[in-house]
Amino acid sequence: MTDNAHTDTTRRRFLGGAATAVAGLALAPGVLLHKVAQARPADEPVSSAVRWGMLIDTNKCAKGCSDCVNACAKEHGLTGHGRPQTDAQWIRSVDLRDKQTGYTQTLPLLCQHCEHPPCVDVCPTGASFKRADGIVLVDKHICIGCRYCMMACPYKARSFVHETIDDQLPHSPRGKGTVESCTFCVERVDTGRTPACVEACKAENHNAMIFGDMNDPASEISKQLKKYNSRQIRADLELNTGVRYRGI
Amino acid sequence: MKQQIQFMEIDGGPRFYSLLGAIGLFVLAGLAAAFYMEHNGHYVTGMSNQIVWGTPHVFAVFLIVAASGALNVASISSVFGKTPYKPLARLSGLLAIALLVGGLAVLVLDLGRPDRLIVAMTKYNFKSIFAWNIFLYTGFMAVVGVYLWMMMERRMNRFTTVSGFFAFVWRLILTTGTGSIFGFLVARQAYDSALMAPMFVIMSFSFGLAIFILVLMAACKWSERPLGDAILFRLKNLLGVFIASVLYFVMVYHLTNLYITENHGVERFILLDGGIYTQLFWIVQVLIGSLLPIILLYLPFTGKSRGWIGIACALAILGGLAQMYIIIIGGQAYPLEMFPGKEVISSFFDGGINSYTPSLPEVVLGIGGVAIALAAVFVGIRVLRFLPTSLADELVDPHYSTDKAAA
Repeated sequence: MTDNAHTDTTRRRFLGGAATAVAGLALAPGVLLHKVAQARPADEPVSSAVRWGMLIDTNKCAKGCSDCVNACAKEHGLTGHGRPQTDAQWIRSVDLRDKQTGYTQTLPLLCQHCEHPPCVDVCPTGASFKRADGIVLVDKHICIGCRYCMMACPYKARSFVHETIDDQLPHSPRGKGTVESCTFCVERVDTGRTPACVEACKAENHNAMIFGDMNDPASEISKQLKKYNSRQIRADLELNTGVRYRGI
Repeated sequence: MKQQIQFMEIDGGPRFYSLLGAIGLFVLAGLAAAFYMEHNGHYVTGMSNQIVWGTPHVFAVFLIVAASGALNVASISSVFGKTPYKPLARLSGLLAIALLVGGLAVLVLDLGRPDRLIVAMTKYNFKSIFAWNIFLYTGFMAVVGVYLWMMMERRMNRFTTVSGFFAFVWRLILTTGTGSIFGFLVARQAYDSALMAPMFVIMSFSFGLAIFILVLMAACKWSERPLGDAILFRLKNLLGVFIASVLYFVMVYHLTNLYITENHGVERFILLDGGIYTQLFWIVQVLIGSLLPIILLYLPFTGKSRGWIGIACALAILGGLAQMYIIIIGGQAYPLEMFPGKEVISSFFDGGINSYTPSLPEVVLGIGGVAIALAAVFVGIRVLRFLPTSLADELVDPHYSTDKAAA
């Protein structure tokens, strides 16, 4: 009687486990495919169901580290001319020191991909625009180089191309006389990859940057944002930035 | 029985063409400077990713603001019914269009891609005050053009008041739009103020009238046409009031900022330790560009002297340019406040005072814009009847009496 009972539970456990495994095997490709499907096919428009965002944990940012900055420069061909006043910077490392307490920290600053971007509001031609998935871009064909967006950006995120460029990369068009800024590596995001800065930060095991869909509750960034406190730079402007910071 | 005011083109001849040629040289130099900047890229200028609007914008915005103000003399006659100003209304309209063309030329030639002007004319984002301004500026030229036609075509004279009123309202909206370019910028401490719009309106009154008086005195002297004291003294008294009004707005702007703790930094920068900007503010804008001309315009001795009135106008213009420089470049020189309470350092010049030195091409382009405006006025009064043959007191002054003349 006891033996039978014991056998029964083992079998039940086995059957239960097997059923779960089979169900898992059947569902997993679907779940994975769903993940992959977020890298939308090239012939489909971007969807506002997705809101791309970035979470930066400044506690993990070491002073003097420039891995994300270098990765960005390489990805987009941002070679300087040795003129720091006019050379473009899409992401930069910023050192902060509290005037009262002396506490210091370092963080990367880039286009914050606002939900309500002032650069888009002021652009006379509509060259500054926000994609449905929240990525703020400049249409280099419509930009007339008036620089009003640079006046309006609260983050100094934009650069004006001050001289002729002869080493452009095919996936990252630039042009003298137009304004440019971080694109969240849209060419990578559209094929299911993460921005170059995030990839570099991860590759060097700093893991200070997370990129993902802020609208998807299951995404790593959403979970982290829900679990831990984070901040927007100049939150007082109510721009609902796509880049969030921890530790500032 | 008073004589009628007559309008006549100024004489041509070698004198006309040599002066026009001289102005033309400045226009050419401005165009050459623009070509140089566009060909090489803006790195050859003093502008950078920190100071994105430089000296060309100072000249351009000054000219655009002055343009709407130059129309005031016509408005005083058509809208407010002051007959002594009526003979000046045509020149006022011409100067308004000319200054606007000069300012817009500088603005467009300083674009990163001036070749894409057609894009700016065909693609609009109507949430942008810049896009609105494109309509306000081009519309202003059309509206003032119609107004001039109503004034100059005798059969149309009865529409002068209506078109003048329309032009007056349009110019108020236009300058509101220009001031709002800065007023709507939430990101920067020095801007982001509703006061910018009315302050620009009153600035336009002052700058436009100062230029108008100088152009009027020069045109009358050059063409040897009488310019009576009555009308000139009216204009210069008005200018004194306008200069004082600008000072009032500047004072309210700074007082408001001084009350708000988060703006103490930028106020300290402009008013106390901003180096060139502080010097420009106190010495050029306030002292030489505002208080001195007010004194010159109202002191009995200097206020009745044409030389001193001319100097006062020139000083008011200088003060206006300094004010524009402080607003546009000083406002950008002060860093963005992204991290309150923190010292900020980066390779992108965050947190520090941004440096800017005007380059020669920028200044030459700006002066080129002034030259375009002057050339347009000069050609205008040569080919059409903008300038009265006489502005002598007995023709213009409603209170003129022969007794006064005899005395």
